[in-house]
Amino acid sequence: MALSMNQLAVAYLVSAVLFIFALKGLTHPATARRGNLFGMLGMVIALGATLLGTEVQDYLLIIIAGVIGAGIGIAVALRIQMTAMPQLVAALHSFVGMAAVLVAIGTFLNRAQAGTLNAVLMGELSAGIVIGAITFTGSVIAFAKLQGIMSGAPIKFAGQHLLNAGIAIVTVLLAVHFAMTGSVLSLLLMTLLAFVLGGTLIIPIGGADMPVIISMLNSYSGWAAAATGFTLHNDLLIIVGALVGFSGAILSYIMCRAMNRSIINVVFGGFGTDASGGDSAGAVAAEKGIKSASVDDAVYWMEDANKVIIVPGYGMAVAQAQHALKELMELLEARGVAVTFAIHPVAGRMPGHMNVLLAEADIPYDHVLEMDEINPQFQGAAVALVVGANDVVNPAAKEDASSPIYGMPILEAGRASQVYFLKRSMRPGYSGVDNLLFYQDNTSLIFGDAKDTIEGMVSALKGGGH
Amino acid sequence: MSESLTALYVFILACFIGYYVIWGVTPSLHTPLVALTNAISGIVLVGALLVTGLDEAGWLASGMGFFAVLLASINVFGGFLVTHRMLSMFKKKK
Repeated sequence: MALSMNQLAVAYLVSAVLFIFALKGLTHPATARRGNLFGMLGMVIALGATLLGTEVQDYLLIIIAGVIGAGIGIAVALRIQMTAMPQLVAALHSFVGMAAVLVAIGTFLNRAQAGTLNAVLMGELSAGIVIGAITFTGSVIAFAKLQGIMSGAPIKFAGQHLLNAGIAIVTVLLAVHFAMTGSVLSLLLMTLLAFVLGGTLIIPIGGADMPVIISMLNSYSGWAAAATGFTLHNDLLIIVGALVGFSGAILSYIMCRAMNRSIINVVFGGFGTDASGGDSAGAVAAEKGIKSASVDDAVYWMEDANKVIIVPGYGMAVAQAQHALKELMELLEARGVAVTFAIHPVAGRMPGHMNVLLAEADIPYDHVLEMDEINPQFQGAAVALVVGANDVVNPAAKEDASSPIYGMPILEAGRASQVYFLKRSMRPGYSGVDNLLFYQDNTSLIFGDAKDTIEGMVSALKGGGH
Repeated sequence: MSESLTALYVFILACFIGYYVIWGVTPSLHTPLVALTNAISGIVLVGALLVTGLDEAGWLASGMGFFAVLLASINVFGGFLVTHRMLSMFKKKK
């Protein structure tokens, strides 16, 4: 039995509604898993209906490709480390981009063979190819930066923006030429240039701006899906593309707002360094009048505290310190200390990265607060423990109008009675800006690997004395 | 109204839905949100099925469709599964 066009349309409508409910489920952790199930159901209905429709007649290649893809997807999803989520997401974005390009060119070939090409269709195909190709190479570069295959430092050269603008203009002209004439040469050149543009647009963006890049590419992948929907006159793809496109766009906006920078500044700014710091961290610190402390000092202040607020950053993820932090939290709570985690929106390498790592370590989500909720609480807290974060607690953002990070909303860790900074070295945060919090009277730095330091605190607390 | 214009209607209205739904997502679930949107943007699989499944498709178009199906399937299966894995970790205090 083949589904009629109307039956197919109804199935797609049901599936679109289910996808909207899926996203709606993420309003709260308690409803999120059900949301994901709605999403799966929507996908099953959409794919099942398409396969039963009259347009799909040959199943062999589909089955082979589908089984291979499903196998890879399942294997990766089961094994991936939560710290590597940004890389996985970048890879998945690139797949959507490439799939959109392949579908568009495949559609062109099929329609050319059937003799049903027209200018509007070819214009839509161009949009699909260009957005898809930019998404693909952009995501591949993001993946390489996250995976450490490429340096996270921005790559800048003179005339870069002019070059990008030039490539973009030529790409558009080729697209117009292709739409009007159907020239295969224009199609190929346009595709090639769009792939190049995806790379040249992303290389000047620094590693610290990864949360924005990830969000932006998320958005692009949505627009690529929507463009594919236009070429195929498939409303479901258009709806899903718009939802995903807006999701990425809003995340980009939230990330930029959390850094007090415009999207233009992030995309063209080339912010951040990848400088590696000196090894004699303690000496450099002493020279600058920075106090360093031992693990025991910190434990002394924490064990009888009313409240300890932990500020995790990307350094926590690098050191894999989240499980040790969970143990520290439990030991402190057993002594009647209230322990809360404070999350800055751009902590980590993608939106919400810290929350997932803490959840993975079995830290209940009601202990994890966002910036606006936690900031009023630092004032009354005995200890703020900063684990691998830097710029997001730097008071320069509030006090120093000449600082590059001035105006960025920060976690006000400096208001706690004691601030302990876990640091591997004296190297500045990704912005390259010196942290004023280091020089505050109530701040001490504890040098070393974050995981080792926290495990040291755990054993001191377990030992009971020191 | 032409088909393309109808598509534009659907697109613009869906943008508004996207706008309001996504602002409701709690910041603590932003990583699962990105993963879930990865999974559902695997919906390009529908396009890939249409390209590959056509009887008259030439070998080049079929080949492109084949790889599109493969890549989009990774997104669909990988995306939903990893989202599920992440969401299962979010627990309240026992």
